[in-house]
Amino acid sequence: MRLAHQLALESEQITADMVEAAEFPDLVQRYGIRAVPHIVINGRTAFVGALPEAEFVSRVLEAAGVPAKPEQKS
Amino acid sequence: MLDEPTRARVRERLQALTAPVRLIHFTQELDCETCTDARLLLQDVASLSDRVQLEVHNLQLERARAAELGIDRVPATIVANGRGTRIRFLGVPAGYEFAALLEAMLDVSRGQSHLQPETIARLQQIQQPVHLQVYVTPT
Repeated sequence: MRLAHQLALESEQITADMVEAAEFPDLVQRYGIRAVPHIVINGRTAFVGALPEAEFVSRVLEAAGVPAKPEQKS
Repeated sequence: MLDEPTRARVRERLQALTAPVRLIHFTQELDCETCTDARLLLQDVASLSDRVQLEVHNLQLERARAAELGIDRVPATIVANGRGTRIRFLGVPAGYEFAALLEAMLDVSRGQSHLQPETIARLQQIQQPVHLQVYVTPT
C-alpha cells in the first residue's frame, strides 16, 4: 500500500497516511475496520483490499469529484 | 531498536538517498504506549545516514506546530522534503510499515514516484484536497 504515499508525492492536493490500526482502536471502530488494507478517503471507507494502480487512482479521483473518463473501467 | 544485521541493511539502502529527507516526528511522554518505541526506531534510522534529519516534537507542548501540519495523534511521523509534508505514518513504523517508511524516504529524496505516466497525468485533474488513510497491521 505504498501507492497512497506515491500519489501524495505526485499531487499537492493529496495527503496520505499509513495508519497502524492496532494502535488506534478508536479509528478502527469509527471506520468498522475488520481487514487490512482498509482505505479511507476523505473520512469515508472507500474500499478494502489491494487494488491495481489505475483502479486505486479511479477511486481517488471519484472521491475528489473528478468525472470518470468513458474508457476507464468502473 | 534495530539489530546489527538490520542496521547494516538499512544503512546500505539509505546510501541511495540523493537529497536530504526530514522525518518530522510527533510524540508525547504520557498516555502513549508506543511513543518510546517509535522515537527510538526513528533515532536509529536517522543515525544510519547523514542525509536523514530527524526532528522530534512534543504534541502536548507544540500544539500549534502540530495543528499546522494536521497532526492530532501520536506517534506520528511525516516524511518531508523541501516541498511537502503530505506523506505520513501514524503508529510505530515497524514491520510492513518499516519497509514502507524506507521506500517513502527514498521516493521523497528523489522527489518522484514510481507511478505510471498516465497515473501522474490523471492526478493533475484533482483540484481539491484529498485525505487518504491506509490502515495496516504489523507483520
